[in-house]
Amino acid sequence: MQNGKNYKAWLYLLPAIAFIGVFMIYPLIDVLIYSFEEGFNFASQSFFGTGGYNYSYVLHDPYFLQAVKNTFILVIITVPLSTGIALLISVGLNSVKKFKEFFQTVFFLPYVTNTLAVGLVFMILFKKTAYSDGLINLLITAFGGSAVDFIDGPYWAKMFVLCFYTIWVVMPFKILILTSALSSVDEMYYKAAKVDGTSKWRIFTRITLPMISPMIFYLVITGFIGAFKAYSDVVAIFGTNLNAAGMNTIVGYIYDMLYGNSGGYPSYASAAAIILFAIVLTITVINLLISKKNVKA
Amino acid sequence: MKVVLENLTKKYPNRNKKEGGEVVAVDGFNFEIPDGKLIGLLGPSGCGKSTTLNLISGLEAPTEGKIYFGGDDVTDLPPENRGVGLVFQNYALYPHLTVRKNIRFPLENLKKGEKMTNEEMDAKALEAAKLVQIDEYMERKPSELSGGQQQRVAIARALVKIPRVLLLDEPLSNLDARLRLQTREEIRRIQKETGVTTIFVTHDQEEAMSISDMIVVMKKGVIQQIGKPQEVYDNPVNLFVAKFLGTPPINVFEGKVRDGKVWVGPDAILDAHGVPDKDVWVGIRPEGVIPDPTGPLKMKLLNIETMGRDTSVVCKDEAQTGDSLRFIIASDAKIDRKSKTVNFNVKPYKAFLFDKETEERIKIK
Amino acid sequence: MNNQMDYEKIERSARTRNKVLKTVTYVLLSVWGLMVLFPFYWMILSSVKSYSAYSSEFVPKFFTLSPTLQNYFDAFTAVPLARYFVNTLIFTLATTAIMLAVIVFAAYAFARLDFRGRNLVFTLFLALMMIPTELVVITNFVTITNWDMRNTFWGLILPSVTSVFYIYLLKENFEQIPDSLYKAAKVDGCSDLGYLFKVMIPISQPTIVTVVILKVIECWNSYVWPRLITDDAAYFLVSNGIQEIRENGFGRENIPAMMAAVVVISVPLIVLFLVFHKKIMEGVSRGGTKG
Repeated sequence: MQNGKNYKAWLYLLPAIAFIGVFMIYPLIDVLIYSFEEGFNFASQSFFGTGGYNYSYVLHDPYFLQAVKNTFILVIITVPLSTGIALLISVGLNSVKKFKEFFQTVFFLPYVTNTLAVGLVFMILFKKTAYSDGLINLLITAFGGSAVDFIDGPYWAKMFVLCFYTIWVVMPFKILILTSALSSVDEMYYKAAKVDGTSKWRIFTRITLPMISPMIFYLVITGFIGAFKAYSDVVAIFGTNLNAAGMNTIVGYIYDMLYGNSGGYPSYASAAAIILFAIVLTITVINLLISKKNVKA
Repeated sequence: MKVVLENLTKKYPNRNKKEGGEVVAVDGFNFEIPDGKLIGLLGPSGCGKSTTLNLISGLEAPTEGKIYFGGDDVTDLPPENRGVGLVFQNYALYPHLTVRKNIRFPLENLKKGEKMTNEEMDAKALEAAKLVQIDEYMERKPSELSGGQQQRVAIARALVKIPRVLLLDEPLSNLDARLRLQTREEIRRIQKETGVTTIFVTHDQEEAMSISDMIVVMKKGVIQQIGKPQEVYDNPVNLFVAKFLGTPPINVFEGKVRDGKVWVGPDAILDAHGVPDKDVWVGIRPEGVIPDPTGPLKMKLLNIETMGRDTSVVCKDEAQTGDSLRFIIASDAKIDRKSKTVNFNVKPYKAFLFDKETEERIKIK
Repeated sequence: MNNQMDYEKIERSARTRNKVLKTVTYVLLSVWGLMVLFPFYWMILSSVKSYSAYSSEFVPKFFTLSPTLQNYFDAFTAVPLARYFVNTLIFTLATTAIMLAVIVFAAYAFARLDFRGRNLVFTLFLALMMIPTELVVITNFVTITNWDMRNTFWGLILPSVTSVFYIYLLKENFEQIPDSLYKAAKVDGCSDLGYLFKVMIPISQPTIVTVVILKVIECWNSYVWPRLITDDAAYFLVSNGIQEIRENGFGRENIPAMMAAVVVISVPLIVLFLVFHKKIMEGVSRGGTKG
C-alpha cells in the first residue's frame, strides 16, 4: 500500500521533475561549467582552457561596461520614481469614489499590452525624422525648447525615453498592489486618528505608510530585480542592435553574446549571466536586510 | 445488512517519538450488529470510536482482524467499493456543487453495469432529498444552507445509493441544542423508514441512549459493554460504564463489605450476602434513594433544588468521591429542609458494588 | 455667538480645503490616465491615416477626417501578420494547456500524496523560484539547438511548460481543502483521480483561472525566448513579428501600416482584459509579477 502510493506520487511528479530537471537544474550546472570554459566557440565547438578568463574578458569588454552603466542608471532612476508615483496615484485612487473603478481599469491597461508593440508607438512619438519632428518634440518647441532626437540622438535623451517607457510599463503592477494594500488598512485606525485630531499628513506618515511598508518593500525588491533584467522594453524602442545604439543592458549583452550577429559565445554569455545573478542577489540581500530593520510587519 | 467485526485491531506508531512504540486505537473488537439496527458507539473522546468508524468504512486499514458485511469479507476492499454511506461531523459537503449535485455525486461514481441515466440519478436524488425533507433547496449551494439543512443534505448523500451500512460520525455535535433534539428524532425516523443498518458515533451518552437499539461503550480502544441502552444503564459491568451513563451522574462512595453488609462510613446501607469482605466502590444512581428519617444512609444536607417534576437533593459525605452528591427524589417526598442532615433508604437494584482495584462489578446475589 | 462664528469659519475653510484636495486628486488621476491612454489613441489614430496623409503631416494631427482601413489590409498582406497571429495562438494555447496538466499533477502529488522525500523535493522546488530565467536560457538555447528543435513549436513550447511558482500556488490551494471532503468522496465511490478532477480542481477553480490568465498574458507577450529559438519567419510570434516589421517590413517608414499591425496584435489581450478585468486584476495582485 505504502509502496504503491510512493510510486504513484513520483509518477504524478514525473512531468514536472523532468521539465525542471532538463530546463532549470541542468542549465544551472551547465552555465557554471560554460562560464569557466575559456572562450568556448559554438562554430568550432572548442575552448582553449579552463579558468576565469571569461569573467575577465567580459569585465573588460567596453560593451559590457556600457551595458552595466546603462542598467544601473535605469534601475536607479526608474525604481524609486515609479514606486513614488505609484504610491501617489494609489493614495489618490483610494481617496476618491467616483470613477475609481474606471481609473483602476485604465491604469492597469499597460500590463496586458505587448511591450514590443507599444514600444513602437513610443518610438514614433519621440522620434525625429526628416519629415516630422514627432509629437513630443512639437510640444517641446511649442514651449520654447529645441527639438531633440530621442531615439538616435544624445545619450541623455535616449535614457530619458527608456526610463519613461520603463516606468509606463511597470506602473500598473505597482498601482494595483499599492491600492489593494491601502484599501486593506483597517478603517478603524483612521477613525481613531481622526477622533484624536491628527492631521491628514500625519495620518499618512504615521499610520498609512508603516502599515503598507511591507508591500512597498516588496515592490522595491521586485522592482530592482525586474529593472536589472530589463531587455525587451529596450529592444522595443531602440531595436535589436543595442550595442550600436549604446543602449544595451546586461541581459541584452548576454543575448547578443549568445545569438545574433555578435553571438556564438555561450561561455562569455554565461559569465555575464552569473555576474548579473551575483549583482541581483547582492542587491536583493541588501534590500532584505534594510527591510528587516525598518519594516515591522 | 449484518455487520461483523472479528478481532478488529488498529495500531498507530506513537506520535511522541520519545515514548516510541505503538498506540492501540482499537483493540481486538468482536461484535455483531444485527441487520437493520441502529447502534450507538459511545465513549469519551480519544477512545477509538472514530477510528472504528473509519475501519468499517475502509478509510483506514486494520492492523489485524476482519470485517464482514453480510457474508462478504470486506476487510481489503477500498472505501469506494465498499458501498457504505458516511456522514461527517462537519458534513463535508462539496462546496462547489448544488444540493442536487451533492446528493447525486455517489451515483455518478457507480461502476459499469450499475450506471444510471441522468434522469434516474435526478429521480433518486429527489427521492433521497424528500426523505430528509430538503427537496425545496435542490439548487442551492451548501454555503446558502443552515447547519441543520447541511446535515440533512449530508444524510441524503449518504443514503442515496442505498448503502449497505450507514455510518454517522458525531452527526449532531455541530448543531445547537434545539436542533440537536429535533435532528436526532429525524435520524431515528429515517433509519426506521429505510431499515439501513446504522452505526452512530457520539460522546454524548444521552444522544446514544435516546435513539439506539444497542449501544457499545468504549474506553481507550477496548469495548467495555454492549447491550440495549436500558440494560447497560441498569447493569453496568464496571465503574467506568456506570459513571459514563446517566445524568446527573452516578454517586460514588468509598466503602467496604464486612460480614455481608455494605458499609459507607459508619453506615451499613445494604445487605451483601455471599460477598467476601473487601474494600469496594459503591455507586448509587441519583434516583436510587428514598428519603426516610430512619434510613441507614446519613449525609450532610447542602441544598434542595425543586425543578417541577423532581426534587434534587445536594449532599455531602466524607466517603464521597466527586465534588458533590446529587440525588433525585419525587417532588412530593417529605424532607426536612431545615435539618443539617438527611437520611435515605437505598434501592438495592439502583446500587452497584465495584472492586476497589479492578473496578469490575461485584454482583450481590 | 463668537464661538459659533469661529466654528463656521473652520468648517468653511475645511470644506474648501477638501474641495481643492479633491480637484487636485482628480487632475492627477486624469493626467496619468491620459498618459496611459494616449499611446493607444495615437496608435489607433495613426493606423487609420493613409500613408500619404501621415507622411505629409510635418505637424501630426490629433484626428483624421478620412479614416482608411487600407493599412490593416496592408498589415495582413504585405507581411505575414496572420501567420504570426496563428503561431502565437498555437503557442499560447499549447503552452498553457500542457503547463496546466504538469502543474496540476505536481501540485496534487505534493498536496495530497504522502511519499518519501516529499518535503525535500518541495524545498528544492521552492529554492528554484529564486533562479532568474536569464541564467538558464543559455543552456536551454544550446539544448534546443542540439535537439534540432529550432524553428519548431516544440522548441518554443517545451522550456516554458513548468512553473515552480504556479505549482506552489496551486499546492497551497489544494491543501486548504478539508481532508473530510476526501474521505467523503472516497466513501461516495470516487477514485483518487476522480477526486482530483471532480472535487479538487473545481474547488480550486479561481486559482486555476488566475494561473491561466497570467500564463496567457506571459505567452502572448513573450519575446526573448522566441527570438532566440526562431529565425524562420514562419515560426515568429507576434512580438518577433513586430520587431521584424519594424526592421524589415513595409519599407522602413510605413508607420501607419506598422501601427495597424500593432493594433491587431494588442487587441486580443485588451479585449480579454476588458471582459475579465476584475478577475485579471484580482489574479495579478494575488500572485504575479511581469516577466
